[in-house]
Amino acid sequence: MTYEEQPPLVEAVDIGKRFGSTVALDRAGITVRAGETHALVGRNGAGKSTLVDILTGLQAPDTGRVSFGGRAAPPLGDRDAWRRQVACVYQKSTIIGALTVAENLFLNRHDRGAGGLIRWRALRRSARELLATWSVDVDVDQPASALTVEQRQFVEIARALSFGARFIILDEPTAQLDGTGIARLFDRIRALRAQGVTFLFISHHLQEIYEICDVVTVFRDARHIVTAPVAELDRAALVAAMTGEDVSLAGDTYRPPPPADAAVRVVVRDLVTASGAGASFEARAGEVVGLAGGGSSGKFEVAEALVGLAKPAGGKVTVDGRTLRRGSVPDALAAGVGLVPQDRHRQGLVPLLSIAENVTMTVPGRIGRHGLISPARRDAIAHGFITDLAIKASGPHVPVSDLSGGNQQKVVMGRALAGDPKLLVLVTPTAGVDVRSKQTLLGVVEQVRERGNVVLIVSDELDDLRICDRVLVMVQGRIVREMPAGWRDNDLVAAMEGVDLDHV
Amino acid sequence: MSDTLSSTTAAEAPPPPATRRIPALARLRDLALVPAIVTVAIVGYIVSPVFLRTDNIINVLQSMSEIAIVVLAETLVLITGKMDLSLESTFGLAPGIAAWLIVDPAVTHGLGLHAVPGALAIPLVLLTGALIGAFNGLLIVRFGLNGFIVTLGMLIVLRGLLTGISGGKTFFALPESMTYLGSASWLAVPASIWISLILFAVAVVVLGYTRAGRSLYAIGGNADAARAAGVRTDRVVWLTLIIAGTLAALAGLLISGRLASVTAAQGDGAIFQVFAAAVIGGVSLNGGKGTVFGAFTGVLLLFLIINVLTLAGVPAQWTNFLNGAVILVALVVSRVTGGKAQT
Ligand SMILES: Nc1ncnc2c1ncn2[C@@H]1O[C@H](COP(=O)(O)OP(=O)(O)OP(=O)(O)O)[C@@H](O)[C@H]1O
Ligand SMILES: [Mg+2]
Repeated sequence: MTYEEQPPLVEAVDIGKRFGSTVALDRAGITVRAGETHALVGRNGAGKSTLVDILTGLQAPDTGRVSFGGRAAPPLGDRDAWRRQVACVYQKSTIIGALTVAENLFLNRHDRGAGGLIRWRALRRSARELLATWSVDVDVDQPASALTVEQRQFVEIARALSFGARFIILDEPTAQLDGTGIARLFDRIRALRAQGVTFLFISHHLQEIYEICDVVTVFRDARHIVTAPVAELDRAALVAAMTGEDVSLAGDTYRPPPPADAAVRVVVRDLVTASGAGASFEARAGEVVGLAGGGSSGKFEVAEALVGLAKPAGGKVTVDGRTLRRGSVPDALAAGVGLVPQDRHRQGLVPLLSIAENVTMTVPGRIGRHGLISPARRDAIAHGFITDLAIKASGPHVPVSDLSGGNQQKVVMGRALAGDPKLLVLVTPTAGVDVRSKQTLLGVVEQVRERGNVVLIVSDELDDLRICDRVLVMVQGRIVREMPAGWRDNDLVAAMEGVDLDHV
Repeated sequence: MSDTLSSTTAAEAPPPPATRRIPALARLRDLALVPAIVTVAIVGYIVSPVFLRTDNIINVLQSMSEIAIVVLAETLVLITGKMDLSLESTFGLAPGIAAWLIVDPAVTHGLGLHAVPGALAIPLVLLTGALIGAFNGLLIVRFGLNGFIVTLGMLIVLRGLLTGISGGKTFFALPESMTYLGSASWLAVPASIWISLILFAVAVVVLGYTRAGRSLYAIGGNADAARAAGVRTDRVVWLTLIIAGTLAALAGLLISGRLASVTAAQGDGAIFQVFAAAVIGGVSLNGGKGTVFGAFTGVLLLFLIINVLTLAGVPAQWTNFLNGAVILVALVVSRVTGGKAQT
C-alpha cells in the first residue's frame, strides 16, 4: 500500500525523558500518519503531556528523535519552524491574562500593515470573527484574565485551529468544556479532518476516543504499550492496557439514600449570585447532592457564592446552624466547608510549593502547635493523601508544578479534604483525572459521606453525578428539577438542556 | 457524555447569565495621571505664576530628560518581568569610561589615560552600556540567575569600577564630542529634551505596534505561553537588557554633557526615583503590564511636583525628605486616579 510507504507525518522514536529521578518517558514513541485522528491515552502521569512538549519543540528529549514527514525536526531554538509543523492546545493554559483576548488569539502573528506596524483594528476584527465562528460571545478588548475557564479554553482552541497547521495536538481540550462545547469542538475537528488535517487527541473521556478517533496509542508508566485502530480495541481492553490490570469499571454502587429523619446539616436559602442565578436547597447528614447544568446554567456561580469565593447578592447559607459570612472564604473554612474550585490553577494551588504545603494550607491548626508548624506531621498528612488519592509523585516534597495535570487535580482534592469538612463542595472534581483515579476519588467522597458529612458535587459529568443521592438540575440560573438517584442518562441530559422528556 | 449531548446545537444555548463585564478601562489607564498632572499644574500656578512660563517648563523637561531615559530603559525591562538595578551605575560608568580613556592627564591633574581620540566618545559610551547589558543578560538569561540579585551586584561592582578609575574624583575637561548633546539647543529647545521625547515616541510605537514590542508584554505576562506562541524569549530578554544598558549610557552622556563633568557619584541612588516613576506611571513590577506613555507621565508628575516645591521655596536640606514623600504621594495620587492598586 502506498499509503503505508509514505513517511509518517510525525514520528517519534525511542524518546527518553527524565526529570531528576522521575522517568517521564522511557524509550516511548508514536507514529502518526497523515489524515488520521490519533488518540493518546494513559493514566495520570503516564507521560502524555511530556510527549506533547517534545513534539512541539518546547522540550528536548534526552534520547531519541522526532521527525516530520521523514525530515528531522527543527532545532529547538527555531520556534517559527516548529510552529509551521504543528499547532497545539496545551494542557496548561497558555493564555496571558494581562493581554486582551484579541491579542492572545494573534500573539506573535499580529496582523501587520505598512512598515511592519500592527493593525490593531484589523486584528480586533479578525478576533471577533474568529470567536463568532465558535459562538463565544466575549468582548475581545477585555483582558483575558476576565474570561471564564470555559471561554479561556475556547480561546486556546480557536487559536490553535486557526493557524492553518496540517497537524494539531489537543491535550485534554475537553476537560473544561460542557456538552455543547464539546459538540462544537468535535464538529470542527471533523470538518478539518475532511480537509486532510491530522490530529493527536488526548482525553480521559474514553467515549470521546471512540467518537472521533481512528487510531489509539496507549502509554503506561512512561512506556508505549500498544497502538491499534480504535475498532480493534474495546473499552475493557483499552482500560486494561492503560492500567495494566484486568479491572472492571462497572461498579454500580447503589446504596439507599440517607434516612429521612437524618439531621439537616446544610441549608441554602434564596442564595442569589452577582450574575442573577439563584438556588435554595437543604442537605441532610450523609447526603451527596449533585448540582448539574450546562456551561451557562449558573451552577458554578452558585458554588462560588456558596463557599465565599464570590460575594452573593443575597440569601444565606448555614452549616450546622452557623450562618456563613457572605463572600468570606476564611469564614467558610472555619465553618467546615471544603472546596475543590473550578479554576484549580488560579484558586486551587500554589504551584511552586510542595504537595505537603499545598494540602495542609487550609489547616494550619492540624499540623502545628503554638503557631509552629511541625514538618513531620505535615508530611505524614501529605503521605496519607498521596496513598489515598493515588497521587503519582515521588514524595510529599515534590513541588506541585512538577506534577502532571491530573495529579495536580488530586492535590486540590486533598486540600479540600484536609480539614475534614462538614460540607465538601466539589466543582468538576474529576476533570483531567484518569478513569481509574476517578473511581478512587469518588470512593473518597463515599467515605466523607459515611462519616455523616454533606457533599455537593457541581458538575455535568454523568460519572460524577451518578454517586449522588439526588441531582438538582439548573437551567438558566434556576433549579428546575430534582432527580433522585437512579435516573437514566438521557433523562438527566435532557433536563440539563431544559427539556422535560417525561412531560413532552 | 458528549455523545449524548452532541445533538444540541450551539444556537440553543441560553446566553450566559451576565458574566460579561464592561469593556476594561485598560486604554484609559494610560491617561490616569493626566488629572493629577493638571492638578499639580494648577497648584504650581497658584504657588508661583512663574510655573507655567515657557522657560520654567523647558527647565523641568530638561532636568527630567536624563532620568526619563533611564525610566524608559527600566520600563522595558520591567515589562518583560525582569529588573535592572544596575542602570544607575551604567548611567555614571559609561560616560566615566569614555572620559577616562579620552581626557588628558596633563590637563586634569593626572586623571585619565588620553588613549583614545575624542571623536570616539559617543560610540564608546554606548558600547559600554551595551556591554554591561549583555553581561547582565549572560548571567540572567544564560545562567538563569535571579535578575534582582545579579543587577544589585552589578550596581555595586560598576559603581566601584567608576570610583576606581576616577580615584573618587571628578572627570572634567571633557571633549566637545561628549558635551555637545547635553548642552546643545536645537530650535531653541535643549537637545536632551528632543532626544528624550523622540526616544519615548519611538518606544510608544515599538511597544504598541510591533510584534517585537508586544513580545515583551507576552514574556512578562507568561513566559511559557510566549514561548509556546513562538517568541524567542531568551533572545528578546537579552536584547532588552542590552537596549536598556545602552539607553542608560546615553542618558549618562547627556547629563555629563550638561554638567561638563563626570563625578564618581553620577547616578548614585537614582534607581529609586526611576522605579518610583515607572510604578507611578502604572508599570507593574511583576511584569507584563504598563505602557511607555504611562511611564512618561510618571516621570513628568514626579518632576513637576519637585519643581513646584522648589518654586515654593522649600529649603534644600529638606529635598531628600520631600523626594521620598513626593514618591509616596504620587503613588497614592496615581492609585486614587487610576483606580487600581499598583503592584
Ligand atoms: N517539569 C517537570 N519536573 C519534574 N517532573 C515532571 C515535570 N513535568 C512532568 N513531570 C513528571 O513526569 C511524569 C509525566 O508527566 P506528564 O505531564 O507527561 O503526564 P500526563 O500523562 O500528561 O498526565 P495527565 O493525564 O495527568 O496530564 C509525571 O510523573 C510528572 O510528575
Ligand atoms: Mg497531561
